[in-house]
Amino acid sequence: MIQVINLCKSFRGQQVLKGVNLEFTSGKITTIVGTSGCGKTVLLRHLNALLRPDEGAVLIDGVDITKLPQKELYEMRSKFGVLFQGAALLDSMSVYDNVAFPMREKTKCTESDIKKKVEERLEQVGLGAMGGKFPAELSGGMKKRAGLARALIMDPEIVLFDEPTTGLDPVLATSIHQLIARTHATFGFTGVLVSHTIPQVFDISDYVAMLVNGTIEEVSATKTFCASQNPVVHQFLQGKTEGPIQVL
Amino acid sequence: MLSFLGRTGRFSLEQIAAMGRVFFFLMSAIFLAFRRPAKFYLIIHHIKTIGVDSLSVVALSGFFTGMVMGFQGYYSLRKFNAESWLGSATALGLLRELGPVLSAFMVTGRTGSAMAAELGTMRATEQIDALDSMAINPIKYLVSPRIIASLLAMPLLTAIFDVIGIFGSYLVGVNLLGVSSGSFFAGMENSVVFHDVYSGFVKSISFGLIITWICCYKGFYAPPMATGVSQATTESVVLSFVLILIWDYFLTSIML
Repeated sequence: MIQVINLCKSFRGQQVLKGVNLEFTSGKITTIVGTSGCGKTVLLRHLNALLRPDEGAVLIDGVDITKLPQKELYEMRSKFGVLFQGAALLDSMSVYDNVAFPMREKTKCTESDIKKKVEERLEQVGLGAMGGKFPAELSGGMKKRAGLARALIMDPEIVLFDEPTTGLDPVLATSIHQLIARTHATFGFTGVLVSHTIPQVFDISDYVAMLVNGTIEEVSATKTFCASQNPVVHQFLQGKTEGPIQVL
Repeated sequence: MLSFLGRTGRFSLEQIAAMGRVFFFLMSAIFLAFRRPAKFYLIIHHIKTIGVDSLSVVALSGFFTGMVMGFQGYYSLRKFNAESWLGSATALGLLRELGPVLSAFMVTGRTGSAMAAELGTMRATEQIDALDSMAINPIKYLVSPRIIASLLAMPLLTAIFDVIGIFGSYLVGVNLLGVSSGSFFAGMENSVVFHDVYSGFVKSISFGLIITWICCYKGFYAPPMATGVSQATTESVVLSFVLILIWDYFLTSIML
């Protein structure tokens, strides 16, 4: 269980998060939506303490991750897998080495065990034959798949997805969504997804939370969210320029 | 008046905080270098990029520096009928001063700028955040091995610069200008003592530390955008050059 309690964060005097309160149910996928620049990625980066809040707490199984010293924080982070917006593959390594990297660095597994698991993960994301390629030789969709394989290699309990379909065409975006749903069904992780791909992302989401002006406007099960009468949610889902959400 | 004082105070505090961050970065990198597990394969990889890959440019610059010293030394010493001291003058100049400083400049231009650009790009493309999120300390993984590698590679590069520089001076002085080969080497043997070699090596080791420290810091904390990477690269090279010269002055005054 992940609990976000009264989370506040400012950058150079501009307050981005203004007391966010949110709970992520274990074993389910929760998608965070909101207007561009509303702080979704900032919120996501607080969940594994890549950012430290000005105020508030992030509890992972009851432990406040924001106050952990580095050693305990790194132990806690081994529960997480992260798929970054641009996949963030280490460009000096091949796809195979990227996926094997966390195992080589964090475990004492033999190279044959690593090979077996890496090949299994690459197969699961449809990149079985691409292990020898370097990130610069991959398309955007392939990079995301490789990033997902790396995020899943340590069998994480929680996986964070930062805009996994940004920059992809609708067909590729759907294939990435299906891949997330399939891997979620296989591994049963708690997924937190930041996405703009609406409404397609709702197909794989159990819950949806909407962030507006630094606070959570609404959080509910996906079906309830889609049928919400909240004017802010309604305007956002309809993509209208007129309504309570101010458009510049 | 009060606002001026306030601005000055704020500026001073920001500068002190920035200096604190720079020193904390270095201390973290040195501390983590001694933490297990040791990253020997990374140290060897960076010895190659800092040392082996800089070898040609260091050798070339050493050769031409030595040849120029041969010409200039001969021109100056001839005025005092002391051409036979050319070997001594060249060796002392190279070992104590020009070898460490010029090879450090070459490494800064060749490898330091690449370090800053590489780490800056890794910051911009979230690769450093990815390491952190995988519970891998990015300073231990990216910076500590580079610092150890530079401490090992810089004295070796400086030694190569010195030897090739002396050879260049020998070619010009003996083969071109007619200085006696025996007096060239005899003068060198009589005047060069171990302290001259030692001071040059101390300088080269400290310059290696300055280069990797500054270039890694600038790249590591580069603003995550294209201009941020280019700015970090430029700043790292300029700041390394300036610090090398300033530190060279202090070391020379201490070790003279």
